[in-house]
Amino acid sequence: MKRRDFLKRTAPAALLPFTIGGFGVKAYARTPLLDALAASAIDTDRVLVLVQLNGGNDGLNTVIPLDQYSNYNAARSNIAIAENQILKLSDATGIHPQMAGVKAMFDQQKVRLVQSVGYPTPDYSHFRSTDIWLTASDYDQYINTGWLGRYLQQEFPGFPTGYPNAQMPDPLAIQIGSTISTALESDVANMGMAFSDPTSFYNIVNGTGNDPAPDSNAGRELDYIRQVGQQIQLFATPVRNAANKATNKSKLYPAARQNVLADQLAIVAKLISGGLKTRIYIVNIGGFDTHANQNNGGNGTPVPHGTLLNQVSVAIQAFQDDLRLLGLEDRVVGMTFSEFGRRIKSNSSAGTDHGAAAPLIVFGTNVIPGILGANPIIPANPTPNDNVPMQFDFRAVYASLLKDWFGAPDSELQKVLFHNFPILPIIKGTSSGVEAERSSSAITLGAAYPNPAHSTARIPFSTSGGHIQLSMFDNEGRRVATLIDRTLPAGDHEAIFDAAELPTGTYYCRLQNGATSKMGQVVVVR
Amino acid sequence: MNRRTFFAGVGPGGEPASPLHHSSSGNAAGYRVSSGLEPYTGPWGRQQSVHLLRRAMFGARKQDIDTVQGMTLSTVVDLLLQPGPTPPLPPDYNDANASTAWSTAAYNSSRDGAYLAYTLSWWSDLMLNQAISLREKMTLFWHNHFVSTWTSVKDSRYMYRQNALFRQHALGNFKELAKQVTLDPAMLRYLNGNTNKKGTPNENYARELQELFTIGKGPEISPGNYTNYTEDDIKAAARVLTGYSDDAGGIKYKFTASNHDGGNKVFSANYGGKVITGRNNESGAMAELDELLEMILGQEATSLYICRKLYRWFVYYQIDAATEQNVIAPMAQLLRSNNFDVAPVLRALFSSAHFYDVANIGCMIKNPVDLVIGTLRLFTFPALNPDKLNFKYFGLRTLRRTMAAMQADLMGHPNVAGWPAYWQEPVFHKAWINADTLQKRVKFTNDLAADGYKLDEGYDTLLIDPIEVSTFISDPSDVSKLIDETAALLFPFSITPRQHDQIKAVLLPGLPDYEWTVEWEDYQKEPTNESKKKAVAGKLAAMLKFMLAMAEYQLS
Repeated sequence: MKRRDFLKRTAPAALLPFTIGGFGVKAYARTPLLDALAASAIDTDRVLVLVQLNGGNDGLNTVIPLDQYSNYNAARSNIAIAENQILKLSDATGIHPQMAGVKAMFDQQKVRLVQSVGYPTPDYSHFRSTDIWLTASDYDQYINTGWLGRYLQQEFPGFPTGYPNAQMPDPLAIQIGSTISTALESDVANMGMAFSDPTSFYNIVNGTGNDPAPDSNAGRELDYIRQVGQQIQLFATPVRNAANKATNKSKLYPAARQNVLADQLAIVAKLISGGLKTRIYIVNIGGFDTHANQNNGGNGTPVPHGTLLNQVSVAIQAFQDDLRLLGLEDRVVGMTFSEFGRRIKSNSSAGTDHGAAAPLIVFGTNVIPGILGANPIIPANPTPNDNVPMQFDFRAVYASLLKDWFGAPDSELQKVLFHNFPILPIIKGTSSGVEAERSSSAITLGAAYPNPAHSTARIPFSTSGGHIQLSMFDNEGRRVATLIDRTLPAGDHEAIFDAAELPTGTYYCRLQNGATSKMGQVVVVR
Repeated sequence: MNRRTFFAGVGPGGEPASPLHHSSSGNAAGYRVSSGLEPYTGPWGRQQSVHLLRRAMFGARKQDIDTVQGMTLSTVVDLLLQPGPTPPLPPDYNDANASTAWSTAAYNSSRDGAYLAYTLSWWSDLMLNQAISLREKMTLFWHNHFVSTWTSVKDSRYMYRQNALFRQHALGNFKELAKQVTLDPAMLRYLNGNTNKKGTPNENYARELQELFTIGKGPEISPGNYTNYTEDDIKAAARVLTGYSDDAGGIKYKFTASNHDGGNKVFSANYGGKVITGRNNESGAMAELDELLEMILGQEATSLYICRKLYRWFVYYQIDAATEQNVIAPMAQLLRSNNFDVAPVLRALFSSAHFYDVANIGCMIKNPVDLVIGTLRLFTFPALNPDKLNFKYFGLRTLRRTMAAMQADLMGHPNVAGWPAYWQEPVFHKAWINADTLQKRVKFTNDLAADGYKLDEGYDTLLIDPIEVSTFISDPSDVSKLIDETAALLFPFSITPRQHDQIKAVLLPGLPDYEWTVEWEDYQKEPTNESKKKAVAGKLAAMLKFMLAMAEYQLS
């Protein structure tokens, strides 16, 4: 039993002497201090690194469906990547030629590529969609706390009171840069710390905070500023020490200031190597809002998309190489994400407009290697509004990382993500992964008929049992119907899609059984 | 969702906040302020006039405080609403003759980075030397509202032109400004209006025009319906806006009739099913644009959205139901009844009981421009006004980098929504302060007060002349007056007795008060005696460094 679990289960009972870090502690009942001690006695040294691609990454020019190349090429002829340039990950799927680093990692079985990650009703606003990703809310739910903030609050109750302490002497989460992510907000504080240079902390003295701040809005702001000042005082030393203790070993890093993401990830590698117990790191690269001239840059797109992908690829490969050389490879998993993908059809400015689902990359030695999910379906004649519908909810990816990487119990997942999401086979050596591999071979989604349909179509499928969700999405990636959402016995089944009241066009069906999903297509004509 | 919850906050596009409210000090709901836009009738003293100057300008200099002393509230507001004369064009700071020709000459790609630096230096200079006027703070407001960035626009002549547009309309008419921005070459490039053509629309500007610039995005009440407008309205608006591109030669927009979609544009029920009749020539397209803006601005939501944004810029970020009802709604009413003239709204706000409510004093976290420009304005720095133009440029250029490091990169916003401090739930103004930026803020004031703020090219260093501070104090030989009057100059609320003692301990470590008086009077008798001067100057510098590093100084 984990020490934390032991404490959580027994601590409320009564007198319980035990030892943490050589200090005897008498636990009488649950107190904030005890909670903090208990929580921070977690026996995980695992680290999660989030790589945020700001602006909405064009997923279809990142991971390219080779099996539908002619439709892909027709949909975006002014920006399509030439077929012979695409780096093959499999017969059906390729990756942008500027991502040779990720391709190499894929071949070394250090990449889990998750196809078409999104949410059921896409929002095309950068800001709203970013908030949805960072807060893990439903599309119509407005939440002020972030998914990682809620997770860390579960793990480190009472923070910031009583921190740092012997068990958690370091920041809970670190963002490299000068902003701090909404993902780290909790309802008491931001659980993370931002800095751009861990070796040159500026010694700030604003230590006149002895008198309580006035009981007013101004006092509230004053308290906040003082709290950040204290955070600097408290955490500067361990962070600086960690950074000074370690040296980057990979030769794959570009020179400083050539690749903003590589610079940030090099700092992260140093801090992990230097011994920080920090569990979560966030790094950022912007410029993905490629409305125009996305392959060449210019006219609203300062940096070409390929250059951005190259920076991402080079940075991730160098970071992974560094972790290997530092002996840390097995402790770290990273994940890229962006607020949305882009439309299937390019626009006349040789760019792409705001879209829906897109692939994301999970990397590390502990991922189940390969591609999770099928290529998105590229229609033969997409309208400018056609989108990639989600195959996996981004919150299922979060749930999988929290459960299988950090060992978060199900009760905690519910508090962090508000719903139950299927655990996807992303992390190696977990029961979730095994279960999913087993069930994926057991469900099938047959071709809908009649197809094209005038008003209703029948959708055959088979399952080996368990909870089944069968949803329909329109061509813009919006969920229009949920046909089945319950447990079904093993065997062959059929769902009926009644499209009589829906406009004509292309619809996608998404069959989900536990961690596995299958996608199909129905065309409605009249 | 109740009304209070609904209006607790809005996102960049105006989305409502959740009932959960972030707080680091325990009062989750914030503090209710019931006063509204009705005229302020309370005492009009130094505290009120300094509050007004701090919010309406970048910092309140002693000279400006003295100038408005004795004026009535309405006189000061009249003064602030004077836009002042149009400033000269930005010079080439490396040209001995300060030629301004670059801003209208042909595009020069190899020099454009330098021209951006000239533009920003020129702008910083205008802010540093602002008259008692709202103009510069409103210019910055519009820059943060109608965002364009140089990295996307890639032409500093365009960026200058846009900045001049914001200044020209800083206190003018919002409808006219929105129209001019729509046709502004920098904006046409930044949001791809210049590639928005008949048959192949680019929706980027049409989306942000509604989501961020005018009506704001409401909750998504059904797929693609954002309360105030729908995805189809974005498409229809994009069609209205077809046909324009930027003309690099003339630094203006260009209209190409064959690129304009002459079909009728049908808007959703959210806009009352409005149909804009398609037209085919430039004057027709312009009439379509006017109709589009009339339609959007005709919705009450637009005036409310703009007024909330002004409120968050000048008063506080928290907008509860009482503030929405008593302040925002009447401001919006004024904006509409004055056909979108902004000045009457600002006049009402700065004359209102709400603005001077003690609950609204000192609650703004300064943005980096307020901190950097506002601090520099408090003191005299000859190094910022050297004889040589290029030396001046080195100084001003350094300021821009300092502000950018604190996350206010002028003409380099992180994205089209502008600085997160004015929209990001739940933190709003707190977004300016984190472990990284607070260090930079405190280092900046420490450098100015004691360590030396080094200017580019190493040509000079800014350092506050601590003796200057004594000129702001009624009786600088009196320790208590020295501390309290300096605190009143720097902080929005008074310090506690304990803080007073701590500051005194920095000024006079372990010595009785009269020792200061003795040393000060010694220096006064022999002001040219360097050693006597150093004795008091060193103490004053230590006091200033300490006070500027207090968390209180980050507030306005």
